[in-house]
Amino acid sequence: MYPENYKYSKEHEWVSVDGDVATVGITSYAADALGDVVYLDLPSVGASTVYLKICGEIESTKSVSELYSPIDGEVVEVNDAVSANPEMVNSDPHGEGWLFKVKFSELSGELMSASDYQKMVG
Amino acid sequence: MNKTTLYNQHAALGATFTDFGGWEMPVRYGSDLAEHEAVRNSAGLFDISHMGEIVVVGAQAADFLDNKLINLASKITSGRAKYSMLLNESGGIIDDLIVYRLSEEEVLIVANASNKDAVSADLVPTGFDCIVEDQSDKWSMIALQGPKSLEVLDRFVSEPITIGYYSIGRYILGESEVLIARTGYTGEDGFEIYCQNDQAESIWETVLNNPEVTPCGLASRDSLRLEAGMPLYGHELDDNTQPSEAGLGRAVVDREAFQGKSGLREPTKKLIGLKGEGKRAARQGYAVMEDNQQVGEVTSGILSPTLGYPIAMAFTTNLETKPGDKLMVDIRGNNQEFIVVELPFYKRVN
Repeated sequence: MYPENYKYSKEHEWVSVDGDVATVGITSYAADALGDVVYLDLPSVGASTVYLKICGEIESTKSVSELYSPIDGEVVEVNDAVSANPEMVNSDPHGEGWLFKVKFSELSGELMSASDYQKMVG
Repeated sequence: MNKTTLYNQHAALGATFTDFGGWEMPVRYGSDLAEHEAVRNSAGLFDISHMGEIVVVGAQAADFLDNKLINLASKITSGRAKYSMLLNESGGIIDDLIVYRLSEEEVLIVANASNKDAVSADLVPTGFDCIVEDQSDKWSMIALQGPKSLEVLDRFVSEPITIGYYSIGRYILGESEVLIARTGYTGEDGFEIYCQNDQAESIWETVLNNPEVTPCGLASRDSLRLEAGMPLYGHELDDNTQPSEAGLGRAVVDREAFQGKSGLREPTKKLIGLKGEGKRAARQGYAVMEDNQQVGEVTSGILSPTLGYPIAMAFTTNLETKPGDKLMVDIRGNNQEFIVVELPFYKRVN
């Protein structure tokens, strides 16, 4: 259920690496726990992100949650489609519901494999 | 934590659970927006067995309640219901209640799960010819809400349902003898079914097994009641809030004496409806600002699924506040403009 080629943070973000650019989203576990996502506050292109620092907000019908960056880097692209249609986070959290892309040089060693993340969320 | 008789049904449907008033209740089965929409457009089925059922029986049952509640149980004719409240001596709200007059000498009071012990403890009928019994452990309560509710229920009852809004009657539903009331907490037409615990599973399955019906959790129950401008205890109502402050002063029937009357005073705050722009909800506890001064706090708020804009209820200390006024709400550090509007936010057409 969690893609094998992604890395996962303990704050329930996923990272998919392609060269020196990483795509970031939240996991299906997080999306299910939030309920229907209705509003996203995502970092802007050019913003710096720091590992496990708050970089935005995810608002569902019932709650507001902080979005933590799973990676150090600079935002190079934001998913405008998901900002306009936040329900994509629920319908396809590991695919079309990606949030932003970051140019990076190094991944944190604390990121988990799919199987370790699966163990963490039970 | 308490579980309702229908817990296994909820688990089998894949419900996400939450603690509500000491009960492990389904918050949603799938998408709470889809559940909300089902109630507005078709029909939604809720297990609300956490609610408290307190029965008052005896020749003076209604007279006793006249002494206790803000309005007159004795004026409710048999088979009808009334929205009411029990106040403390300071005029604060112990709980808001639905009072059903089942017969001349039998009254059913439905209380919030978290308050039913306080209500039951307060209803001591000294000097009155009646008894008060908390029967919450024996009863299950299932709500079917939405425009298709009547059509669906009529398939399973022994005779067509003819009761009007805020009425209650005895019906045979499937195999079970139950009480069906035309009441609810969603702003739609709908019914609340009161049954014994051992009848709940068959009723739940019977009603759910219809294409019009979607199982719904507490998340949608909350968004539906908020659109309908209905207060929720712990948000708009509490033991420091008086009925007039919550916009419910008209529900109080003035008379010589009833519990809490001597504590009633001029309101010091006012419950208002707020409508925003964009997509960011003002949520419970957020500051309401007028002329850069905090004048109150949001009590409930959400991005309205039906209306598409943020709605909220809030208290303000400015009693002159009126529809059309513009206020700001501090949404996590950003002030966002809201306009004061009449409640409810949503009203069904028919």
